[in-house]
Amino acid sequence: MKSTPKLFSDTYLKRQHQLDMVFRNTTRFFAFLVFALLAGIVLSLFFGSLPAIKAFGLGFLFSSEWNPVTEKFGALVPVIGTLSTSIIALLIAIPASFGIALFITELSPRWLKRPLGVAVELLAGIPSIIYGMWGLFVFAPAFADHVEPWLTDHLGNTALIGPLFQGPPMGIGMLTAGLILAIMVIPFIASVMRDVFEIVPPMLKESAYGLGATTWEVVWHVVLPYTKIGVAGGIMLGLGRALGETMAVTFVIGNSHELSTSLLMPGNSISSALANEFNEAVGKLYTSALIELGLILFLITFIVLALSKLLLMQLSKREGQQS
Amino acid sequence: MISLYARRRLINGFNLSVSLLTMVFGLFWLGWILWTLVALGFQGLNLSLFTQMTPPPGSKGGLLNAIAGSFFMTMTAALVGTPIGILAGTYLAEFGQKGWLAPTTRFINDILLSAPSIVIGLFVYEVYVISIGHFSGWAGSFALALIVIPVVVRTTENMLRLVPNSLREAAAALGAPQWKVIMLVTLRASTTGILTGILLAVARISGETAPLLFTALNNQFWSSNMNQPMANLPVVIFQFAMSPYEDWQKLAWAGALLITFAVLTLNILARAFFRQKSLSH
Repeated sequence: MKSTPKLFSDTYLKRQHQLDMVFRNTTRFFAFLVFALLAGIVLSLFFGSLPAIKAFGLGFLFSSEWNPVTEKFGALVPVIGTLSTSIIALLIAIPASFGIALFITELSPRWLKRPLGVAVELLAGIPSIIYGMWGLFVFAPAFADHVEPWLTDHLGNTALIGPLFQGPPMGIGMLTAGLILAIMVIPFIASVMRDVFEIVPPMLKESAYGLGATTWEVVWHVVLPYTKIGVAGGIMLGLGRALGETMAVTFVIGNSHELSTSLLMPGNSISSALANEFNEAVGKLYTSALIELGLILFLITFIVLALSKLLLMQLSKREGQQS
Repeated sequence: MISLYARRRLINGFNLSVSLLTMVFGLFWLGWILWTLVALGFQGLNLSLFTQMTPPPGSKGGLLNAIAGSFFMTMTAALVGTPIGILAGTYLAEFGQKGWLAPTTRFINDILLSAPSIVIGLFVYEVYVISIGHFSGWAGSFALALIVIPVVVRTTENMLRLVPNSLREAAAALGAPQWKVIMLVTLRASTTGILTGILLAVARISGETAPLLFTALNNQFWSSNMNQPMANLPVVIFQFAMSPYEDWQKLAWAGALLITFAVLTLNILARAFFRQKSLSH
């Protein structure tokens, strides 16, 4: 009797089938692990912050008191600090990134595109602790000497925004932190903008040029409307980065738990409160209040980043329908 | 009254000049930061940096233990994180067409990619440091590994998706079972891309400070015991830079120069490597 070749024998095929299942389930297990990681982070932070949640309830979010001695804690100052530094960062970074993306996609000569792209990526590659050191030792003194007095003189007495710019020029503070955050998120926003600008069909742009539009008109009336969802996604990504940035902010924000209307005064952010105080925190309640801060930060960034992802997904879905 | 045409040209010229200025604005910061690093970092750069331990304030020393500690932890993190990332990425690319797990994981992975690294540190503190009762090099490595995973998952998936389906079909037609198709054909075809991803992940974690603060902490002495608190470059830089001692600050700047140089070199290497390979195809 002729034996069947090894490759077609039942046992061989069965074995390969089993191996396939093993392989498939191994990879699935690790994919599930990534999924479980997120749940793990949320749950562990939640359980860690239970004592603080029990002690302060919702009032934690609205109290500006932060007193380790009497064990009274409130998240208002760090939450406001995190939000306002990130907003300052976005106010500067959005127009700057737009300009950079516009320059790289539309104006730059071909040979310059790559070096400029690399330079922007290097800016993203510099570790955040370097931004912090540079900010504290180099930027803040220069800022205090040359820019802050000018801001106080010229803007300090204006009607609405005046109070934002009053105070002694110390160099460190919310405005400095916001500025440094802006420099750090520019590469993230700019590279998303550049990528989405490049997917605009050349036909659309050329039709506009053919009608006699200037470069600016093409960008403003054709490219930007076409890519607005992607641009919004990029901005959200930058916001997510700015909210969670730790080391750079820790160096320059000043770490004060006082609520102040002026942006020139020191403040605090969630991440820098954690970086500065967590290892020194004594007592269950203190630690747990800091962990609750971490939980708040994670939830805020999660929402912002999820929004960013949804926007970018929507853009690529539309892209898919058209092509 | 200027004509409409002149006005449009004027607006165009003005806005494009502003765009040029923003580019200069971006490059200005890059230049300023790098220049500061070189100017201040070179003062502290000498041989003892690589041969001596971190000193107490007021005496001479180097950064040997911190450099070694960073190296150990980064390597461990890469070794732990890479296989997990590659396997998860493989699932997303090869088996992720149906079911709820793949889209959800993909979504979550992209969020973890930009999640605040200090929260990762808190998480490892909560689940690992508390249960063993002390800071350790392992804890630091785990925190860094959690940052490596999303980067590797992302690149693995992207690279596998670039492999043409005809390759998979050809292998399947020859009778190869699916695990062989993936291991020997598609993963092999995307090796360069995945390596680039790993390099980028290593570049990213070698500068991370926040997740190490509550996990590896620091150690003033030489330690190769991963079960003990471990010195590492970023935390030493943080501590020394914030200190009032001038020689500590000098060391911090030298360390900052080293770390930035290493990270930027890794970044450029990864890109050059990837570009060269993709050009040769």
